[in-house]
Amino acid sequence: MIPISYYLMVSAILFIIGAIGVLLRRNALIVLMSLELMLNAVNLSFVAYARLLNDMGGHVFVFLSITVAAAEAAVGLAIILAIYRAKQTIDVDHLSLMRY
Amino acid sequence: MEAFLFWIFAIVGVFCGGMVVWHRNPMGSAIYLVVTMLCLSGFYALLNGALVSVIQVLIYAGAVMVLMLFVIMMLNVQAASEEREGSLPVWIGAGVVGLVVLVKFALLLQYGKPPEAAEEFGTIQGVGAALFSTYVLPFELISVLLVVAVIGAVILTKRRAL
Repeated sequence: MIPISYYLMVSAILFIIGAIGVLLRRNALIVLMSLELMLNAVNLSFVAYARLLNDMGGHVFVFLSITVAAAEAAVGLAIILAIYRAKQTIDVDHLSLMRY
Repeated sequence: MEAFLFWIFAIVGVFCGGMVVWHRNPMGSAIYLVVTMLCLSGFYALLNGALVSVIQVLIYAGAVMVLMLFVIMMLNVQAASEEREGSLPVWIGAGVVGLVVLVKFALLLQYGKPPEAAEEFGTIQGVGAALFSTYVLPFELISVLLVVAVIGAVILTKRRAL
């Protein structure tokens, strides 16, 4: 049997990759996909801990967090579409109107 | 067999996760993200999470990624730019910082093999019973969130000028 810490390490690696993507990429679509990657990594550690502690609460929370991620994807993509319509670009470096 | 499957899923999943961030074209990133999600679904199956494994394939790899691919095709942003975003030192620096955080995690997370799973662990009966008894309030509230998200998405895309 695989120790639970291996699953948690895979989850940590995926989360860090996702965080690097959110911080370094400029394409808003890829930023959104990196965000999905981070959410998935957290789901994996939820399931791993549920297995370790023999408690199905972790599975319920994965269920809820997948729902939240689906809602986030729908609203996020709608926002990207609206931004693209208004500005003809989805480069997040060009979307700095509210910075000052 | 379990170890073999674990390493296959781990290597393919992490490689494709890296490619999501590294690939220049959003379309390629989305395809790699689908593969990562399928690998995660395999992890859930290895961890006795039958229901979440199926839901991962249906909702994530199915519904959410189709929505994402649909928007990528609809926007049809100019073909992949030649120059990579961010210079190479920035990427290497980010990788080094990530590795340091990872080593810290590895020192912190020292768990052994899991206990023997119960008969109903992770099945539809088991998770369903927990969902409709202990966690019934969050389950009902999540439906409100879904309604809000649907209305928000429709209103955001309908308005002409932002």
